[in-house]
Amino acid sequence: MAAAQAVEEMRSRVVLGEFGVRNVHTTDFPGNYSGYDDAWDQDRFEKNFRVDVVHMDENSLEFDMVGIDAAIANAFRRILLAEVPTMAVEKVLVYNNTSIVQDEILAHRLGLIPIHADPRLFEYRNQGDEEGTEIDTLQFRLQVRCTRNPHAAKDSSDPNELYVNHKVYTRHMTWVPLGNQADLFPEGIIRPVHDDILIAQLRPGQEIDLLMHCVKGIGKDHAKFSPVATASYRLLPDITLLEPVEGEAAEELRRCFSPGVIEVQEVQGKKVARVANPRLDTFSREIFRNEKLKKVVRLARVRDHYIFSVESTGVLPPDVLVSEAIKVLMGKCRRFLDELDAVQMD
Amino acid sequence: MSGLKTSMTEGERKTALEMVQAAGTDRHCVTFVLHEEDHTLGNSLRYMIMKNPEVEFCGYTTTHPSESKINLRIQTRGALPAVELFQRGLNELMNVCQHVLDTFEASVKDYKDQKASRNESAF
Repeated sequence: MAAAQAVEEMRSRVVLGEFGVRNVHTTDFPGNYSGYDDAWDQDRFEKNFRVDVVHMDENSLEFDMVGIDAAIANAFRRILLAEVPTMAVEKVLVYNNTSIVQDEILAHRLGLIPIHADPRLFEYRNQGDEEGTEIDTLQFRLQVRCTRNPHAAKDSSDPNELYVNHKVYTRHMTWVPLGNQADLFPEGIIRPVHDDILIAQLRPGQEIDLLMHCVKGIGKDHAKFSPVATASYRLLPDITLLEPVEGEAAEELRRCFSPGVIEVQEVQGKKVARVANPRLDTFSREIFRNEKLKKVVRLARVRDHYIFSVESTGVLPPDVLVSEAIKVLMGKCRRFLDELDAVQMD
Repeated sequence: MSGLKTSMTEGERKTALEMVQAAGTDRHCVTFVLHEEDHTLGNSLRYMIMKNPEVEFCGYTTTHPSESKINLRIQTRGALPAVELFQRGLNELMNVCQHVLDTFEASVKDYKDQKASRNESAF
C-alpha cells in the first residue's frame, strides 16, 4: 500500500525537500514501471487533457494546461518567446540627425518600439533584397524639429514652456504607405502600439529626420521581434499536511505560507489548520525554518499541471499568440515530415 | 565514422535533415542531424519517440552552442527501421499539437462567451 503510494508520488509529483528537489524528470516511459502501460495513447491523452482559461484581458492571459508533459509545455513557452514573428524596425535611413542622441543609439531605440501590425499579413523579406516591397515592408517617417517658444515667460526655466517639440514621442511617427497598403489597411491600424514612448529629447535648432523600414522577424534573430513581454509557466503547488495541526501551531503554519493558502477553522473549540488554496502559494519555503512544523508538511508540485502566464506587447492579443505558437510547432513537424517524404521518393 | 549519408541540403535551402549511420549497423540505429533546430523541437520529439515501446534508445544533443543543429539518435528494439519511428514521433507530436490547439481555442471561446453573458446580466 505504501509502496503503491510512493510510486504514485514518484510518477505524479515533483517533491520540494528541505535541501533539494526530488523526482524532477519525467520517468513514465514504457518499461520503467511494471504494471503501468505508459506507451503513447492519443485517446488516453485526449481524455485527460484540458485547458482552463483563468483570466484574460487585452494584454495578458493566464490559463492552465493539464495533462501534458514538460517537454511540450516548454516547447510552447520557448516558441512564444523566440519564434512567433512580429514586425519591427530594421533599417533606419537617417536624412538629418543633429540631436544629441547618436544615429546608432537612435536606430537601436527605434527597433525596440512595438509596431501594431498583424505579422500574418506580411511575408519575410528575401535575403539580399535591399529595397523591400509592399508585401514585406512597412515604412514610417519621423520628422521633428525643436524651436524656441516665442511666447514663453521671460524668467521661466521649465522646458515644456520654453521649447516647442523638445520631446520626441512615438506619436510623431507617421506611416508612409507603400504600393497598395493604403487600400489594404484602414486609417490608424498601422502605428506603434503606444504613442507615448519617449524616443529622444531635443533643444532648439536640433532636428531628427529619418525614414524607417519595418520587416518581419522572429525573437531568435533579435529580441525586438519577440511578441511577448514575457511568457512563463509554473507548476501547480501541492501542499499536504501529514498530521493534523491544531491550536497555536495552526496559526504558525498559516503564517509560513502565502496569504490564503492555509485556513484555520474552529472545530469543536480547537483551531484546526486546513489547506484551502495551494495555487496561491509562491513556495518561499519559510516552513523549513520552523523546526516543529517542517516534518508535518510535504511540499510538492503536480508534474503535469502548468499555469501559463502570457503577457503580450500589444501586437497581437495573447490568445492569438498562443495559437500561433502551437501552429509554429506543428509547422516544424510538418517540415521534417515533408523532408522525409522527399527522401523516400528518391 | 563513415557511413551512409543522405543529405538533401541544396544551395539555398536553409534547413535540412541528414541521417548518419555507422558502418556495419543496419537500419535500426540511426542518428538524425536536424539543422536550424534546438531544444524546442528536440526535447518534445525525444519525449514522443520515447513513449513508443519499440524504442530501445532515444536521445538528442546540441552539438555546440555556436552551431544551431541537433543530433537525435534512435535505436529500435526489434527490426523496425529507425526512420519509421522518427516519422511516427513527428506525426504523434503533430496530433498532440492539433488537439492542444483545438482544446485551447474552445476554452478561450468559452471564457469569452461566459464573460459576455456575465456583462449582459449585469445590465
